Amino acid sequence: MSVTASTAPAGTSDRAGASRLSGTFYRGDPAMWSWVLHRITGALTFFFLFVHVLDTALVRVSPSAYDAVIETYKTPFVNLLEVGLVGAVLYHALNGIRVMLVDFWSQGPRYQRPMLWGLIGVWAAVMIPGTYFMLERTVSTMFGGH
Amino acid sequence: MASPTPTDTAAHDTSQIPAPEGSITVTVRVLRFNPEFDDEPHWESYDVPALPTDRVLNLLINIKSYVDGTLSFRRSCAHGICGSDAMQINGVNRLACKVLIKDLLAKGNKRTTISVAPIKGLPQMKDLYVDMEPFFEAFKAVKPYLIAYGNEPTHERIQSQADRERFDDTTKCILCACCTTSCPVFWSDGSYFGPAAIVNAHRFIFDSRDEGSEERLDILNDTEGVWRCRTTFNCTDACPRGIQVTKAIQEVKQALLFKRV
Repeated sequence: MSVTASTAPAGTSDRAGASRLSGTFYRGDPAMWSWVLHRITGALTFFFLFVHVLDTALVRVSPSAYDAVIETYKTPFVNLLEVGLVGAVLYHALNGIRVMLVDFWSQGPRYQRPMLWGLIGVWAAVMIPGTYFMLERTVSTMFGGH
Repeated sequence: MASPTPTDTAAHDTSQIPAPEGSITVTVRVLRFNPEFDDEPHWESYDVPALPTDRVLNLLINIKSYVDGTLSFRRSCAHGICGSDAMQINGVNRLACKVLIKDLLAKGNKRTTISVAPIKGLPQMKDLYVDMEPFFEAFKAVKPYLIAYGNEPTHERIQSQADRERFDDTTKCILCACCTTSCPVFWSDGSYFGPAAIVNAHRFIFDSRDEGSEERLDILNDTEGVWRCRTTFNCTDACPRGIQVTKAIQEVKQALLFKRV
């Protein structure tokens, strides 16, 4: 579009000494932080899917190779990663619905903040018991259970 | 991101500033930059007297008048109409003439610190003074004027109250750039049209007297147009006129998707 905006890369200007400031912290709307989290959880989910496709594809190499790799996942650390994955996917899904409502529902922009608090509430309501049930067996095994 | 030099320079002599009865001392931190001497912007602090009813602009004018005449910032009407003194005050974009000190006071007996930086994403020319040219280029690009074809009517272009109401919100824009420079997409990619340009396109797209909606929608359908909006709502929060900026952008998106004008 504009000549001035598109030809000058960030940090430069046609006028000597001009500084294109980028270092100040902006206290954005909660919706800005929800967008930052949306990006992070999206990238994390992508990395999971990347690894997941690779390890599942190992079945075509040989079932024993697949079994060997899956065996390495049976650790408490990977169990924690699983909880993180559920949390990331759940947030990304709920916020995705919110973003769609903001764009397509005429009252969406007006209720974006209540929707954000609502999704955080749903997320917590699922994750708190969810984390308990996902980690229950690992914790009891680690601390001398059955 | 590289942060500007964090060191605050030594205290300035602010004893010349008149301190009226009932005033308290607050610290004003200004992100200063002089292109003739500085490589990087740096913070400078001024301990100045302030009344709770003062506005941030009053403190800046006092610093300029009594402490350092080289402090540069824009201001014109000083009453929230002209949109000259948009700056980042305590981390959010506001008009310095509309922010009261009493709303910034620290709780308890702690010293109040007010940080003032130039609006982000536009080249900082000197102190709080930025190059607004990219902002106005984007504004001009959306053709922010009445486009009508055919013969000029012999009387006024008549419009119903309901039709006028349709774009009432976006007529309030004063082009202060608070919204555009609060947008993370604009910071990282200066070629995004930005909220202000879209608001001003909205003002004509939804005007029943205007016949240029198609052209403007075509311009905003660009990759740097409305689709770059990530609905962070920073613009809506920053607007000193209370325009529902993100809603206006949403309406332009819908007009593009469903041809609903």
